[in-house]
Amino acid sequence: MTMSVAVDDGVGYEAQSLASEAGPATRRVVVGYGFWIFLLSDIVMFSAFFAAYAVLAHATAGGPSGMQLFNQRSVAIETGCLLASSYTCGLMSMAIGSRRYGATYLAALVTFVLGAAFLALELKEFAGMIAIGAGPQRSAFLSSFFTLVGCHGLHVTAGLVWLVVMMAQVSIKGLTATVERRLLCFSLFWHALDIVWVWLFTVVYLMGVLS
Amino acid sequence: MNLLGKLDWSAIPFNQPIIMGASGGVVVVIVAILAWVTLKGYVPYLWREWITSVDHKRIGVMYIILALIMLLRGFSDAIMMRAQQAVAAGGSQGYLPPEHFDQIFSAHGTIMIFFMAMPFVIGMMNFVVPLQLGVRDMAFPTLNSVALGLTASGILLTNISLAVGEFSKAGWVAYPPLSELQYSPGVGVDYYLWSLQISGVGTLMTGINFVATILKTRAPGMSYMRMPVFCWTSLAANLLIVAAFPVLTATLTMLLLDRYLGFHFFTTDGGGNAMMYVNLFWIWGHPEVYILVLPAFGIFSEVVSTFSGKPLFGYRSMVLATMAICVLSFVVWLHHFFTMGAGANVNGFFGVMTMIIAVPTGVKVFNWLFTMYGGRIRFTVPILWSIGFMVTFVIGGMTGVLMAVPPADFQLHNSLFLIAHFHNVIIGGTVFGLMAGYNYWFPKAFGFMLDERWGRISFWCWLIGFYLAFMPLYALGLMGMTRRMQHYDVASWQPWLIAAALGVVVILAGIVSQIIQLVVSIRDREKLKVTADPWNGRTLEWATASPPPPWNFAVLPQVTGIDALWQKKRRGRTQAEPLKEREFEPIEVPKNSATGFIIAFFAVIAGFAMIWHIWWMAGVGAIGVFLTMLAFAFRDEEEIEIPAERIARFEQANPAEIAV
Amino acid sequence: MRYGLLAVLIGVAMLGGCSEGVLDPKGPIAAADRQILLNSLGIMLAIVIPVILATLGVAFWFRESNTRARYRPNFAYSGRLEMLVWSIPAMTVFLVGGVAWVGSHDVSPRKPIVSSVKPLRIQVASLDWKWLFIYPDLGVASVNRLTIPVGTPISLELTSSGVMNSFFVPQLGSQIYTMAGMVTRLHLQADQPGTYRGFSAQFSGEGFADMHFDADAVTSEKFTQWLDGVRSAGPELNAKSYSDLVKPSTAVAPFTYRSVEPGLFDKITVSEMQSDDAMCRRYPTSMRAEQ
Repeated sequence: MTMSVAVDDGVGYEAQSLASEAGPATRRVVVGYGFWIFLLSDIVMFSAFFAAYAVLAHATAGGPSGMQLFNQRSVAIETGCLLASSYTCGLMSMAIGSRRYGATYLAALVTFVLGAAFLALELKEFAGMIAIGAGPQRSAFLSSFFTLVGCHGLHVTAGLVWLVVMMAQVSIKGLTATVERRLLCFSLFWHALDIVWVWLFTVVYLMGVLS
Repeated sequence: MNLLGKLDWSAIPFNQPIIMGASGGVVVVIVAILAWVTLKGYVPYLWREWITSVDHKRIGVMYIILALIMLLRGFSDAIMMRAQQAVAAGGSQGYLPPEHFDQIFSAHGTIMIFFMAMPFVIGMMNFVVPLQLGVRDMAFPTLNSVALGLTASGILLTNISLAVGEFSKAGWVAYPPLSELQYSPGVGVDYYLWSLQISGVGTLMTGINFVATILKTRAPGMSYMRMPVFCWTSLAANLLIVAAFPVLTATLTMLLLDRYLGFHFFTTDGGGNAMMYVNLFWIWGHPEVYILVLPAFGIFSEVVSTFSGKPLFGYRSMVLATMAICVLSFVVWLHHFFTMGAGANVNGFFGVMTMIIAVPTGVKVFNWLFTMYGGRIRFTVPILWSIGFMVTFVIGGMTGVLMAVPPADFQLHNSLFLIAHFHNVIIGGTVFGLMAGYNYWFPKAFGFMLDERWGRISFWCWLIGFYLAFMPLYALGLMGMTRRMQHYDVASWQPWLIAAALGVVVILAGIVSQIIQLVVSIRDREKLKVTADPWNGRTLEWATASPPPPWNFAVLPQVTGIDALWQKKRRGRTQAEPLKEREFEPIEVPKNSATGFIIAFFAVIAGFAMIWHIWWMAGVGAIGVFLTMLAFAFRDEEEIEIPAERIARFEQANPAEIAV
Repeated sequence: MRYGLLAVLIGVAMLGGCSEGVLDPKGPIAAADRQILLNSLGIMLAIVIPVILATLGVAFWFRESNTRARYRPNFAYSGRLEMLVWSIPAMTVFLVGGVAWVGSHDVSPRKPIVSSVKPLRIQVASLDWKWLFIYPDLGVASVNRLTIPVGTPISLELTSSGVMNSFFVPQLGSQIYTMAGMVTRLHLQADQPGTYRGFSAQFSGEGFADMHFDADAVTSEKFTQWLDGVRSAGPELNAKSYSDLVKPSTAVAPFTYRSVEPGLFDKITVSEMQSDDAMCRRYPTSMRAEQ
């Protein structure tokens, strides 16, 4: 967008130093800002699922409880994968900043593999629970567990698809301003998922085993 | 495996003459319009200039057209309900059996809230906010178009339910366990859920878009405390959308999982907790009330100030009150169910919190009053709606506070008193505000005024009709009549219900007058033609041509205070320099995109398929949406440049009276 | 004209309410509810009516054609008026808020009615689409008719067989939700003999419109007579007859059960959970090891 400066009117120019009076922000700022707001709304959605989990955590309807089901070791590995992928995502951002294509692809690949490993472990956990009859239909507790954790898993899946698309864009279009902006949004998204997982790990797995 | 899921010929209610007549009529009208448009060769024009447009003004107008059509649909439901209750007394069953009556009140509520009031409010904000901010478009123009498309998808799905299958019979709030598969095995609740999910995603996009637009793109010099009040109230409403709609999405997702995959969130068995739905629903639902009414408050602020010829009284108070309402609206949800049996402390707390919201609302009413005080009030149609609102809304507000007193609510909850109350605030607040805005900004959008005489007639019909239709409901509520009754056995209620039905007829006359107003105005458009500033306005939208060009402002305005245009006028500034000598720079505007339309198309396919359990088709819809997004992501050109000569030509043809 | 309508509204509502509605209480709870309602309404009308009059008056006086009205185009702020503008609604809300807080403690549905008479316990279950009233201490039950002795506090426990409903007898006082798997509490009392209309105030599906019942408040002698009559005739309420009763039906004519299987109400509240018992045993606590 071309920024036009007013033709006339000497009044009020001295106040221009205020950020709120500077006129429309740049595209990069607006997009980043909009994406932040999206992330906040996404976190609100997660909080609704968290609230549902908190309400239903003890509604096992005679079925198994979290203490009986959760496998701490597997969850610890999952957490490690996700945290490490956040780190490699940060490396990717640095590679983008210094325009190193090879490093960008490599960091993206590692991020993807770690994310996929996280998903695979999560699916294995789900499959194991369903196999012993502890599926989401068993009790309200399990419904809320599968929905909360599954919602995070779906977000990770979407993130992986997005990452693949972005790498295709990098290779086809190069690191244009638009592509770079989107990669910035992706890394925001990926880190936000990490934050949600830390909460999830604490509320579901740690507190679930303690109580 | 059945390729069409649950769908077969029995889904179409051939044996129901009312439904078949209505849906047949609708289909005939749609086909006739499509045929006419095609024969006249308007399709390329519509496609180029409207359907694929990402211009916020066009999108705003399309939202409002959708809203007006849905007003007619929702209103015909209202007529049917009032007619049913006017006759179904004593032993009579009326003319609507329960399964039909239940669908009608569910559809009425759903349509009026989600598909009439919401698109109307969003359309109004779309058209006005960027103009008032003095900028050229929304932060995310294509996202805006997608949001419109998804809203239209939700609307389409809800209306398909009229002819194919059925709509929800569980009320517009769809409380489980009634809305669970066990008690509502039909597709009605699924229509409700998927319509709201799809349009809800669109609404969330709108919310994000407006927050980013208002906070990050304003004309140079427009600090927060120089924004027009309508922009403030829009900001508050969209912050509420961003914070509240995800809760609705999550809640409806849980109900969907219960219905489709046998989860136990809200079921009576398996440890489910239906009360959790009620809580979560109203955590969204109460802010939703303010999403609808805050922009209306903004419209009244603009209208009252413009037609009193004065700045708004207590601008800072107004902003503070708006933001206070915005925050407080999240801590009152429990007042929708005091009768759930919570303890006295909980009920008392939420009752008092609810009343505290009445403080900033009351401040607003006083500020409008003092804005008129010392003014020179021109009694145009918009200010009539505003004064009608002020009188009506304080009554609605009072009955609202009354029901925030828990013991009073124990007696009035779910009664017709409640129905009267929320229609009193939604019609008397939101709808009156939207009508004021429609009359106020119409000349800006189309370059000619709306006919005054028919506007007045329509206002008086609406106002009188409203009182006639809803005051009896207050009385009926006190007499102990509860809502949603298909028939009743208390003879003394009937006269009141007949009076209410007559009120609806008077409102109908108001709606007909509005249609006549529109037709007459289009016919006389040459006579009613206006220039940039027909009302002697105060804010920046009146500084550009009517209708504004795609780029809104040839040169971004320089703002130095509240009521930017008014200040320039008072300093007596006219056109700064002769037009010929002014230099214009080329402007880049966002390129048209069919993305919104195509995503909406696939969303309807996916939604319809999910409702009828046609899994392969749902997959097609989902993949279609994904591929469309992918194609959008890979497009090369995002904006087109408008050459300086074209801008200069336009500016010469439409000279603004005041340079900003 | 419009405030005329308001006056009409209130006047008419009072009159209308006098026949059967919430403004014609027949017991202490309903009377307290009404008093709180009228108090709050009075406080608010004291401010709402002047505001409506002022709105119309100001709008009329400052019309463009009135040359006597002074035009003050810069009048946009006044500290004193701002004070007033914030304090008037705040004071009103302070008063009404006080009424609300005290009121919600005074007539909390959980709070027993203070009386020298021993309360009568009644268990209420909303079924599709009728009401079941169990008198646990008397061993009888009734469908779609609630008979109670005058002057005796009634202690209600309420639940639902499935869909949510709201138990409401306007002339006796507060309504309360009935919800599956949960028990709500309510205390009511009738002070005058009579038949009062009771119904469900929460939409519950197809038969909702017919889901009303008569609440018969009778003298204690008549109540004893009624009890004797009930005990001498009618079916027995046990698990089997309950499973017949619970099937959806509309507009059921009132009838009574001469005896009630003890603990039936508790089974209704947890009935859905019990059916899961068989499955529960499939999950030993050593499940984690299996993983």
